[in-house]
Amino acid sequence: MIEPGAEEYLVESTQPLTPEQATANLRSPDLSLRYYAAWWLGRFRVRSTEAVDALIAALEDEADRTELGGYPLRRNAARALGKIGNVRAVPALIGCLECSDFYVREAAAQSLEMLRDPSAATPLMQLLEGGVAAAIQVPGRPHLTQPYEAVLEALGAIGATEAIPLIQPFIEHPVPRVQCAANRAMYQLAKDPQYGEHLVKVLNDSNLQLRRVALGDLGAIGYIAAADAIANATVENSFKLIALKGLLESQLNQESEALSLSDDAIRVLNLMDSLL
Amino acid sequence: MTNIQELIRAVAEADSPARMVAAVQKLAAAKDPVAIPTLIASFGYNNPGAAVAAVTGLTELGEIAVPQLLENIDDYNYGARAYSIRTLAAIGDPRALEVLLTASATDFAPTVRRAAAKGLGFLQWHKLAQSDCTTAQVRAMDALLALTQDGDWSIRYAAIVGLQALAKIPELQSSIEVKFEEMLASDPEKAIRARVLLAQSPDK
Repeated sequence: MIEPGAEEYLVESTQPLTPEQATANLRSPDLSLRYYAAWWLGRFRVRSTEAVDALIAALEDEADRTELGGYPLRRNAARALGKIGNVRAVPALIGCLECSDFYVREAAAQSLEMLRDPSAATPLMQLLEGGVAAAIQVPGRPHLTQPYEAVLEALGAIGATEAIPLIQPFIEHPVPRVQCAANRAMYQLAKDPQYGEHLVKVLNDSNLQLRRVALGDLGAIGYIAAADAIANATVENSFKLIALKGLLESQLNQESEALSLSDDAIRVLNLMDSLL
Repeated sequence: MTNIQELIRAVAEADSPARMVAAVQKLAAAKDPVAIPTLIASFGYNNPGAAVAAVTGLTELGEIAVPQLLENIDDYNYGARAYSIRTLAAIGDPRALEVLLTASATDFAPTVRRAAAKGLGFLQWHKLAQSDCTTAQVRAMDALLALTQDGDWSIRYAAIVGLQALAKIPELQSSIEVKFEEMLASDPEKAIRARVLLAQSPDK
């Protein structure tokens, strides 16, 4: 449920910038320059204190508004802070979970997923309030009441086992992508293969977008039993390579400091070779 | 026995993705050089099942398909182009060298570059005249060594796969081993270092 079109527009209008210029542009009178600068700082992972501070300040921007009351600059700043990976942004991102703009809440949840700070667990759980019954489409908008996918994934990544009872019902949510996110989180939190197997089944779904989502989820959880199913999925090789890389890295992380190759790791590498 | 023209017509007349896959599979299985243009054209139908069947069929036809593959690379459809490059890489005919060098270095689509990089490692060098062979091998190696610096991990990965194959050539071995040591020490991606490790122990 990402905001349609934004990324393409930004890539097309790429213009030369320096980290200092981009940081300064966050306070430019030209709103489009601010918007672009926030994206740019995230894209190039500018980790300077000044950039992080300016992006955190941009999470409270009031100048840049859409007709529907959205906050474009806040969305981009929230996304950038996740990519930059400085935990100093956590409290401000948590604040964004209460923003009136759905896309700001979504971007904040996605970035909190990347930052993996345990303090985000409780505020994220609050967005699941009302459970599946409250998780309905907003009339006239292309999204649900809350960014459930991002929230579920974040809770899984953070390792918030206390959220299991809240997450589990979402396995029955009518939206398949939300089901995927719930299975992904449940696998990470409960380590039960049934959740991984659900994602493997989705690799045979008739919807290509959904197959791509499941590939991403399997890569993120490093579900090694899915290796062959991933390699055989009817999805572009680039997506399959990224998913297998996720499996490989989770194998490598289980091993000792010195890099060594288990049989599973070698099996995954051979599958990756076959997809080049 | 079905006439090859009928099989070609069946591809043209396929009115669903599934029928297209079935028609291309049958045409590929006929292993008739007359089918080559139709098989190459099916790379452009945005039908992965059909394209994979065509890659298999063309690869089995082998070097007889190479001139048409080289002449019909689709400059405007990177999906189709990737299948062409993948087929040329699988056939391994060294006449594809120039195309693979260019594609691996300059194509905008990572999927094309990866296929070309892998292919550079697996050309059938013995088909070249002795005098051309060393030059060609060194050009392939230099191209792959350059790709080990690429910003895209998947390109570096494909370069390692190509270099692992080239390391079997005694004259190239030491340069490649030096590069592998360097990557093992400094590549930021664990997955890349793991692939180098595998390349260094090819018995696995």
